[in-house]
Amino acid sequence: MQEFITLYVMPLLGILGKILMVSVPLIVAMAYLTYAERKVLAAMQLRQGPMTVGPFGLLQPIADGIKLLSKETIIPSGANKIVFVIAPMITFALALVAWAVIPVSPNFVIADINVGVLYLFAVSSLGVYGILMAGWASNSRYAFLGGLRSAAQMVSYEVSIGLVIITVILSVGSFRLTDIVMAERPWWMAIVLLPMLVIFFISALAETNRAPFDLPEGESELVGGYNVEYSAMTFGLFFLGEYMNMILMSAIMTILFLGGWLPPFGLELAFLSWVPPFVWFAAKVCFVLFFFLWARATLPRFRYDQLMRLGWKVFLPFSLLYVVFVAGLLLYTGNLPGVTE
Amino acid sequence: MFRAAQQFLLLEILKGFYMTFKYMFKPRVTINYPYEKGPISPRFRGEHALRRYPSGEERCIACKLCEAVCPALAITIEAEPREDGSRRTTRYDIDMTKCIYCGLCAEACPVDAIVEGPNFEFSTETREELYYNKEKLLANGDRWEAQLQSNILADARYR
Repeated sequence: MQEFITLYVMPLLGILGKILMVSVPLIVAMAYLTYAERKVLAAMQLRQGPMTVGPFGLLQPIADGIKLLSKETIIPSGANKIVFVIAPMITFALALVAWAVIPVSPNFVIADINVGVLYLFAVSSLGVYGILMAGWASNSRYAFLGGLRSAAQMVSYEVSIGLVIITVILSVGSFRLTDIVMAERPWWMAIVLLPMLVIFFISALAETNRAPFDLPEGESELVGGYNVEYSAMTFGLFFLGEYMNMILMSAIMTILFLGGWLPPFGLELAFLSWVPPFVWFAAKVCFVLFFFLWARATLPRFRYDQLMRLGWKVFLPFSLLYVVFVAGLLLYTGNLPGVTE
Repeated sequence: MFRAAQQFLLLEILKGFYMTFKYMFKPRVTINYPYEKGPISPRFRGEHALRRYPSGEERCIACKLCEAVCPALAITIEAEPREDGSRRTTRYDIDMTKCIYCGLCAEACPVDAIVEGPNFEFSTETREELYYNKEKLLANGDRWEAQLQSNILADARYR
């Protein structure tokens, strides 16, 4: 019995604690991301944003959450009830599950597996199922079209995301996320990888269905897309999932390109070492998230054929060529990891 | 070629981004309405009021010009001589649900009795409350008199 407790119960509790330590701040961050989004959009459109609930409207996300929770969940009579209810749960759960491998600081990561990047890629690809199921199960034309659009869009942009990740992996030589952060790359790699950073960011916008690629939701043409028929907390879960995916994509970008929890630009100053690593991580994620919001305030929505053209005819060939270019460059300069002269 | 390079470097998009960033630091144009209000012209045509002379005597002489000019037929007036022989209204009703706030009644009035004041916050919960009678209009006049007077004064030199 003693052995059982020390061998199984204690580690389980430890893992549970760790999971809570990641997911609770995440949900709070997600709630305040909606607030930040409204404030940033308002500021860029010379408005004020939420001002009434609490000082500067700071309690607005909580009020929104209570509203969503206390409303009635309506299930359309023509819908496939089981799939209809499962779809938002899948979207939300997948957005959370991916965080298992994200290293927040050098010694805080729930599962430091050696194929972390592949795991992230797999989980984010699964996200399309939630939306597809929602679109199909709603038994509504708009929702169905929204689901189809988002499936096509996510699949197209996942290809270029995959190729972008490959260039990073090539220069690091490991699939482990902590290795990617700690990797000692030659200084010029940052410049070489800059176009990849831009492509990754644009693809991430498409992957998370954010403006200017928010066609699956297209309020003006699809009256909300795949989530037309959803209400109350089922809608809330989609909403949470979408914002969680935004945070996740920003975190991936931070790890792949921006040096994760390390101070920016490789600064090794004394006073900077007082800042705990996760603060740097959070700051970098916030920085990337600001670009997500900024893009929404700036750019109008793409047309569907433009979206597909950009994905398949611009990003795919470019990133494919770039993989070859980076690989050749690394081999030529003798920086390819795992290859010894 | 030049165009392609321009598109590839996302120049136009970066310009757009710069634009929105610049706007982020401009002052807000929103007025926090119930707490702050925008300026109102002296000619603003809001809720009606019947004014009195400083002596407390009501100005209206029951000439019925406002009733005649009202394009929406919102005004109803009945009149008969008072005990002292002066001509006064016994009934002065405005149906605020019919009124189109054109201001013709105030223009027609020879004694500046009926005026449209600066008040625009007089929404009610029932329709009946918007059928204004003489008491209500006179009460409005007493309530807004200071502002009505200054508005008429400010506008007088353009007439």
